[in-house]
Amino acid sequence: MKIKINLDNTSSDFAKEVEKRSGIKVKECYQCGKCTAGCPVAYEMDYMPNQIIRLVQIGARREALTSRTIWLCASCITCSTRCPKEVKIAELMDVLREMALEENLANPLEKNITAFHESFLNSVKKHGRISEVWMLNEYKMKRPKTALQDLAVAPHMIAKGKLSFLPHDIKGKDAIARIFKKCKPK
Amino acid sequence: MKIGYYPGCAITKGSSSEEYGTSVMRVSKVIGPEIEEIPDWSCCGASSAHATNHKLSTALSVRNLSLAEKHEYKEILAPCPMCSQRLIISQKDVQEDAVLKREVEDAIEMPCGTKVKVSNYLEIVKNYYMDEIKQKIKKTAKGFKVACYYGCLLVRPPKVLKFDDPEDPQSMDEIVRAIGAEPIEWEFKTNCCGGGFTLSRTDVVVKLTNDILEGAEEAGAHAIAVACPMCHANLDMRQKKIEKEYKRKFNIPIVYISELIGLALGLGPIGLGLDKHFVDTKSVVDAYT
Repeated sequence: MKIKINLDNTSSDFAKEVEKRSGIKVKECYQCGKCTAGCPVAYEMDYMPNQIIRLVQIGARREALTSRTIWLCASCITCSTRCPKEVKIAELMDVLREMALEENLANPLEKNITAFHESFLNSVKKHGRISEVWMLNEYKMKRPKTALQDLAVAPHMIAKGKLSFLPHDIKGKDAIARIFKKCKPK
Repeated sequence: MKIGYYPGCAITKGSSSEEYGTSVMRVSKVIGPEIEEIPDWSCCGASSAHATNHKLSTALSVRNLSLAEKHEYKEILAPCPMCSQRLIISQKDVQEDAVLKREVEDAIEMPCGTKVKVSNYLEIVKNYYMDEIKQKIKKTAKGFKVACYYGCLLVRPPKVLKFDDPEDPQSMDEIVRAIGAEPIEWEFKTNCCGGGFTLSRTDVVVKLTNDILEGAEEAGAHAIAVACPMCHANLDMRQKKIEKEYKRKFNIPIVYISELIGLALGLGPIGLGLDKHFVDTKSVVDAYT
């Protein structure tokens, strides 16, 4: 895929910033493409995994942080495992997602994914554990278009006692809430 | 041997993959280990924490390691590979980064649990209980072909997890052989099923799991064995949707390795949770005689 980048908007500090935050040696990548060849979700991505690294190398901050790719990475870690230069690509995706959220740049086309993460973590924050019914409820409220897609499996889950409507509150849930407070992004 | 038990959210009673937890506990009563739930354990943060906030992800995981050490466990069993992977990675991160360690200790209000060993279920069985299985086996499933599906989280990142081969792992295959069934050669052992995208990008999960089911079918598998609640949910719960989407029929039972061990030990299928699956498991139960 051919991509056009406006070099006026690049900054050499970006690669340094990413390296400093994560310890990942982004500059080691020589663009062999092995990460992309083994990526199970590459077919859905706007930039291939090796292109994301290239964007970081040349300092194309906005392109990297607004990409759909960083959200579509399933964290299967096949890329990092096979990289001949031991660049931790999957772990790089974690850092880029974190930065995208901090700067409010998360791609709106992958809102289902970010809304899922929010719903999941809100459940942990509130109860200390995942309460699947309530997490699902929050997610479906956030993404009403997905409301019907899982209905087919719900009756089986309920009939088999696999969806408990009681939240799994732990004793130390206040301690968990404090963890969330202390780990709030800057 | 007494081991701390970290079930994680997905396999506790009343959750989507409770049969994994149920069968692990039933089998443990027969062959070991003696497991004790870590008091007041909390969620490890799973994919959502590490995908969005590294410090939070580390603190949520390490809290459980600290609790385990507080209760003097030397080793803990985390049957869910999302949990075991996150616990191991977080432990390594605080071991290697003094600043992060201080921040995490401030957040969890406890010293970081940096010593306790975290093991997945395959590791525990393979390291300690293979002889026990051989002695206590009551039934076999001769000629029953099982595709061992490891997924991502048990084997990657290999340098951190240090468990089996990331491209062609063998531990589950060895267990399947020990319980009298036949592990098959196939190419999808460690391919990704789409994991946590089951609700947010179901289309991705449906495509990836179709490839995996097709691979198992072509290799002649009668069933797929898993040791991960996410792999199970995507292959079992989504199988009907996959069949509809791709206009084909698989009807391949997806069973937890602990359920298979249980059947071989002569435990009843219902007690093991084999009635809780979406795809009927009767052919698996009938294979054990």
